[in-house]
Amino acid sequence: MTLAISDLKVSVGGREILRGVDLDLRAGRVHGLAGESGSGKTMTGLAVLGLLPHGARASGRILLGERDLLTLPAKDLNAVRGGEVAMVFQDPATSLHPMLSVGRQLTEHMRHHLGLDKKQARARAVDLLGQVRIPGPEAAIDRYPHQFSGGMRQRIAIAIALACSPKVLIADEPTTALDVTVQAGILRLLRGLCDDLGLAVLLVTHDLGVMSAVADEVSVMKDGLVVETGPRGTVLRDPSHPYTRALLDSLPGETP
Amino acid sequence: MTLLSVDDLVVEHRTPGRPLVRAVAGASLTVAAGEVVGLVGESGCGKSTLARAVCGLNPATTGTITFEGHPVTPLGLRRRNRALAGIQMVFQDPYASLNPRRRVGAQIADGLRAAGDTTTTSADMLERVGLPRDFADRHPHEFSGGQRQRIAIARALAARPSLLIGDEPISALDASAQAQVARLMRDLAVSSGAGLLFISHDLSVVRLIADRIAVMYLGKIVEIGRTAEVWEDPRHPYTRALLGAIPAPDGAGVLPAELPGDVPDPADPPPGCRFHPRCPVAMDVCREREPAFTPVACWLHEPA
Repeated sequence: MTLAISDLKVSVGGREILRGVDLDLRAGRVHGLAGESGSGKTMTGLAVLGLLPHGARASGRILLGERDLLTLPAKDLNAVRGGEVAMVFQDPATSLHPMLSVGRQLTEHMRHHLGLDKKQARARAVDLLGQVRIPGPEAAIDRYPHQFSGGMRQRIAIAIALACSPKVLIADEPTTALDVTVQAGILRLLRGLCDDLGLAVLLVTHDLGVMSAVADEVSVMKDGLVVETGPRGTVLRDPSHPYTRALLDSLPGETP
Repeated sequence: MTLLSVDDLVVEHRTPGRPLVRAVAGASLTVAAGEVVGLVGESGCGKSTLARAVCGLNPATTGTITFEGHPVTPLGLRRRNRALAGIQMVFQDPYASLNPRRRVGAQIADGLRAAGDTTTTSADMLERVGLPRDFADRHPHEFSGGQRQRIAIARALAARPSLLIGDEPISALDASAQAQVARLMRDLAVSSGAGLLFISHDLSVVRLIADRIAVMYLGKIVEIGRTAEVWEDPRHPYTRALLGAIPAPDGAGVLPAELPGDVPDPADPPPGCRFHPRCPVAMDVCREREPAFTPVACWLHEPA
């Protein structure tokens, strides 16, 4: 077990957003988290990184190995965040800094977490860009986010997340802002990286098609609770919870 | 009867200091009364520009747009030609298209006034889109995305359009609301006898509601046909790639097929067939000559 979330409760301003979430992430497996907006999917991801909104109160346990991320001192959490646990956000147009070159954004945290010098960090950055299949990584490293297409930007965001060899990757709707053809490429990349690097991936998405393509285990959330968890095939083909069935039935596809 | 006919439309965007971008490069399309036409393609292929040109929001560089026998002229500062008020549009983002400072009832009443309708009320329109009548007194911020888009649809329908245009009307909505809103648009348009031009990059939703599908790539329509036929037997390699990229929620764990490369810069389109650099079955002729025929603009499907 790489990351174990148990009985996670989060309330913001007296309102309970998460009401006891249990999730287990394993190395080399993609765990999908589905549900409609407002069900607490994103909040679960943010809680793992200690990025909850100001004034939020969290209880429960988030175990990364032996350590509980919820009770970790700020300094230790800083070492985990971006190092052992990394995140990819929904919209690469806003998650990348528009005024810093790709190289700068790729090397900054590497130098901090891994203690590399400029030259080593740059070499690793070029490797990473190659790994996420950016054409011409040597030249790409000195360019700026606006010079890339949406799909390429999301690949760069993934490279940034992978830079410090994390154990856990949280991907929050990583393909929602992209076209289907580009989405296919990003999903293949994520699946490949998960298999090759032994990452534990938490894939937050509302798209059950995406879920079916890459996730090994699927959890369905509703109103701050996980209502169903199980292997992909079982949850999507033979859901036991009425809400999962309703989600599947609301999909377009079968002619009415 | 043809309601809207777009003939060899070219729309160019001019930005000072930048090369000319030909967003729509010779597209032809018709919409009949009571018919739903779905227009699909990747972002940047020009589908929104085409929709905006049909509304008169972007001027056509060459080519013609005819609506009920009248040429569509660009919108200006003056009052719009009455004959063109039958074209109404539902925009992508209901968070931006509704006025946040006016009650939704007043905004729907704008549409009713445009049609000279004194018997219908805003509350009636809300009822038609499946919302409670008393919502008319509220402001847009009190509603969810799906509800706002229903209000935007009510406003467009209040003007009694004979052609409704949806420019990605569902892409800003939750997955659970997308199919519902799309179906609602279809039902309301068809039941009032209007045509619907539905633009989306989500093929699974378009399949659900469209009678015909037009597939657009880099400013050109590459395939057009009846929805069931295009879905069962996509003939253009681009259509095949688009359909193949949709992941199926069947729990089988099959990764969708990838279409290599990016959409080329519309300011500098490749010679010959515009799809040839990404096409898995490109031939010599594709690199040299553009396949300028319908319904499938591909040298593999050249009409005899």
